[in-house]
Parts: sequence; C-alpha cells; structure tokens
Amino acid sequence: METIVNKRPGTGQANLEVFSETLQKLAQFDKDIIVVTSDSRGSGKLVPFAEKFPKQIVEIGIAEQNLVGVAAGIASTGKKVFAVSPACFLTARSFEQIKNDVAYSDNPVNLIGISAGVSYGALGSTHHSLHDFAALRAVNNMIIVAPADNYETEQAITQAAALNQPIYLRFGKKNMPHLLPESNDFQFGKGRIIRNGADLTIIGTGETVHPALQAAERLQAEYGINATIVSMHTIKPLDYELIARLAESGKPILTVEEHSIFGGLGEACASFLMENNYRNPFKIMGIPDEYTVTGSQNDIFNHYGISESGILAAARKLVS
Amino acid sequence: MMTEKELQTKSIEYRKKILKYIYGAKAGHTGGSLSCVDILNVLYNTTMNVGPENIKSADRDRYVQSKGHCVEALFVVLADKGFFPETDLETLCKYKSHYIGHPTKKVNGVEQNTGALGHGLPLSVGMAISAKLDGKDYKVFTLLGDGELPEGSNWEAALTASHYKLDNLCAIIDHNKLQITGKTSDVCNTDPIDQKFESFGWSVKHVDGHDHLQLKAILASMPFEENKPSLIIAHTIKGKGVSYMEDQIKWHHGVPSEEEYTSALQELDHTLASL
Ligand SMILES: Cc1ncc(C[n+]2csc(CCOP(=O)(O)OP(=O)(O)O)c2C)c(N)n1
Ligand SMILES: [Mg+2]
Repeated sequence: METIVNKRPGTGQANLEVFSETLQKLAQFDKDIIVVTSDSRGSGKLVPFAEKFPKQIVEIGIAEQNLVGVAAGIASTGKKVFAVSPACFLTARSFEQIKNDVAYSDNPVNLIGISAGVSYGALGSTHHSLHDFAALRAVNNMIIVAPADNYETEQAITQAAALNQPIYLRFGKKNMPHLLPESNDFQFGKGRIIRNGADLTIIGTGETVHPALQAAERLQAEYGINATIVSMHTIKPLDYELIARLAESGKPILTVEEHSIFGGLGEACASFLMENNYRNPFKIMGIPDEYTVTGSQNDIFNHYGISESGILAAARKLVS
Repeated sequence: MMTEKELQTKSIEYRKKILKYIYGAKAGHTGGSLSCVDILNVLYNTTMNVGPENIKSADRDRYVQSKGHCVEALFVVLADKGFFPETDLETLCKYKSHYIGHPTKKVNGVEQNTGALGHGLPLSVGMAISAKLDGKDYKVFTLLGDGELPEGSNWEAALTASHYKLDNLCAIIDHNKLQITGKTSDVCNTDPIDQKFESFGWSVKHVDGHDHLQLKAILASMPFEENKPSLIIAHTIKGKGVSYMEDQIKWHHGVPSEEEYTSALQELDHTLASL
C-alpha cells in the first residue's frame, strides 16, 4: 500500500462547537428539530441555539432520566429530538430510559453525550464516561458514534438528523485538528482510512485518532514502520468488512479508545477477529480496569499511553 | 463554644482560602462554595461530633455533600479541622492528586464519593437507617444544591426517609436560587420546596444560610419533630462575600483573574476588619 501524505490543514474547533453550529444550521430550515437539555446548554455550547430558536429547546433541569424519557416521548410524535447532556450522566443515570424508552420502544432520539471519555479531567470518575460504549453496545437498536474531527462531527450530526433511528453520539471539548482535507466519504458504519501503511493497522475512535496519526508519522520517520490509521467513528454497527480487509495481511492490529479496555472498540474488534479465525498480533489500548488516575485529560491520556509516544511505543512492541 | 464573631472570622478565612486554591488550580466551583461555606463552618465547628480523632468511630456523625462540585468549601473546612495538612490543597486538580474537583474517600474526612448530583440524600438515608438498626444515636447531615432537586432520586429518598421515620437525618438545601443555566425558578421551578417536603412527611424550617447563630440554633434543634426527617432550607447568596460574584451565574465555575482575585481578597479583608 502506498502512503497517503496527510495534508494537516490546521487545527479546527472543538467537536462540541461544531455540533452546536451544525444543529443551528439544520434548525433554521427544520422546525421539527428539538433540543432537550438538563441544565446542560452551556456545557453543550447551545446558548446561541437557545437564543435563536427558543421554541426549539426544552429545558428539563438537572434530571437526566427525565430528560431521556421526555425526549423519547417527543420523538414518538415525529420530531427530531437531540437529548444533550454530559456523556457520563446521559448514559449511566438514564441507562434504563435509553434501553426501554429509546431503543426498545424504537423512539428515534439522538442522544448527544458531551464532554465524553475523560474530557472532564480533574472532575474525576463521576464525570468520566468510560462505560458508554460497553453499556450501549449491549443494547439492541442503538447506533454508537464517536467522531474524530470537525468534519466527521458535522457529517454525523447532519446524517443523524435525517436518520430517524436511535443513535448515541459522543465527543469531547478540546480543539481537534482536521485529520484529512474535507471529503464526502462519511457514512455511519464505515470506518475511514486516514493513512495507509503496510506494517500494522491502528484503529482509533473519537479523540484518539489524532494521537494515533501523530504516532504513525513518527513511526515512519524514525523507525521506517508504516502504519495504516483508521477512524472507526462508528462503534456499532462495526465495519467488519474493513476490519477483515485490514486483517488479511496478518499484520498487527492495535486499537485505541478513550474508554475502558473492557467492552469497547477493542473488544468489539477482538471478538470479530477471533470468530473469523484471524490471528493477527493484537492489542487494546484504553483506560485499564483500575481507579482512574487523576488529572487533566492530557495527564490521563499520557498516563495510560493514549498519546503520540504511548501509541508509538505500543506499536513498535507489537510489530517486533 | 465558638462565639458569633469567631464563626464569622472563620468564614472569612475559609472564603479567602477557597479563592486561593481555586485561583491556584485555575478550576473550581466558586459561587456555590462561597454560598455553602457558612453552613459547613457551623456544621463542623458547632454541630457535628466528627473530627480526625473519631473519623473511624462507628458512632461519629456523618456528613455527605450531595452538591459535590463545591468541594473547595469542604476541603478548606476539613483542612482547618486537621483532617489533613492545608498545604495538600496546593495540589488541587493536579496530576495524581486526590484533591480533585469532587469529594472522594481518598481524602481523609470525606464520607462518600459524590459529584453526580442527586446521590447524597439516598446515601444519607441509608446511613440513617443503619443507625436505627444498630441503635446508635449518631446523626446524618447532607447538603444539597437547589438546582439538583429535580433529580428523581431525591424524591424517592425523601419518601424512604419519612417512611422509616428518620429523625436522625437532616438535609440542608443550599437555596442560592441559581444553577448553571440561570435562575433555578426559570430552569425547573421547584417552589414551594417546603410544602413539597412537608407533604412527603418531613419537618421543614427556613434559615438565613449566612447567619451563623441562626444556623447553629436550628441545627441544634433537630429533629424538628419526633419521628420525622428534618429539612433546612438555607437561603443563601451564590458567591457570597465577594460583591462582584454575588448572584451571578458567571461565577458558578468562574475562576478569578489575578486582578479579580486581589480585589476579592481586599474586600474580604475589609469585611474582616469591620467585624
Ligand atoms: C447528575 C448530574 N447532572 C449534572 C451535573 C453537572 N452540574 C454540576 S453543578 C450543576 C448545577 C448545580 O446547581 P445547584 O444544585 O443549584 O448547585 P449550586 O448552585 O449550589 O452550585 C450541574 C448541572 C452533575 N454534576 N451531576
Ligand atoms: Mg443553586
């Protein structure tokens, strides 16, 4: 495989901001778009939305179970509902409402988990969502998406609004670089190849794709190791076709996620590979099963090796 | 027994320290810490039977901070009580520090890990039930924000508390009338809070949450009624003590600039001098 040179067109906004702007663009022409919040419009960057579209926002107060139940009720009447709350509360506190009122009853709510993963840093474990992929993967009728950059976020929100199916989208609040020049290849359930290389594949999702890409560039420059980088923005349904294609060569596969190493992207890939008799060297990077180290998101990423140098080291070990 | 002036002096020192550590960490919940610190002062310095010497005793009084985000107020009071050296707070929110943005049991004196709202009351109900089961006479105190009242878990626990006649339980609402988005009455109106809790079987009293003597007297009078859980609605001002922070949503988690920090300290020193 030849190497695509990443053009790196610079740093973008936080995916959270792109989410809010995209929603405002859509709401202009679509009065059926309704945002439901739980004292979360500030954290969701939705204050401008509330000012421009006061009739298209429903405030619930600090009551996330109620938020999701009410959102499901509104969705049942045919409106396009975005239930917006910190990912940690949205997917833990309201889990039963998600399971029963959204997924099982098939009410097409767009569940928006803001400041996901360890974005809240030193606010600690109450505010981290390291369980959301695992919990929601076990719920039937639920799409799970973690966009990697601004382009993926914009596409994900736009396509979700038109989808009319239960879906969970999560993102963080730090500024994200553009991973590729704008393209039009975003589709739920289809991983995006950000970089091609023949020596190993690194599959990231959400905010971990960027450090994976940085690691890949150093792997090539410093060690002559060529990595393929995939943004696996959709955790479910997982792009089995792409994983199979990448596994064919027998080269190592490394997965990286801002999530517990239990039950997320990595284990989803592993079970597919095992069941289909692929025996590539394989490693899951993420947050281990321990009392999560305290500090900023960066501190936590560095501590667990979800960083340029951490991914680089893990990739080298896996290749050798 | 501390005099009113001593309590007032302590509160001003606490306020200065809250600002110091938030300013140092460049993070924290300023407004809500300033609104609840008089309550914590009175609880820890006049009411509760708890300190570093008996924190492991099964008979100690318990305090659970449901509005965990205002951890800076709690940390400053716990340090003053000698649970840990105050210099520990210089690591607030730093890598590997246990002094993070919410209370955790890794910090001596903290009873429960909180931070997700709507957990303090059920936890406290459990502790109060256990006291009854064991025939112990310790009391359980919990501090809630007014914005967190819409969490259904509070109302479920309110039912349990009256069902089990938990007159060893006292919930305090820091009624500063603000949350993140705006006024609590605009976000999700919970008024009249007193009648709601009374209809759930609680005994309710109102208090000026910045008046140390009133707080002390009312806390000493619990249970307000036999066989009933007690609720104190403490009327407070978010950001209390620093005039430009008072009653402003900006200061929910606003961090003062150097200039703002200096002027806040000046104002507090001025108040201290005029006591
Ligand atoms: C379950 C849950 N939902 C949302 C939040 C985010 N949050 C932290 S503080 C806060 C506002 C709290 O307002 P209030 O209870 O009035 O506290 P205070 O005014 O005393 O700061 C919110 C929404 C949270 N910590 N937990
Ligand atoms: Mg409040």
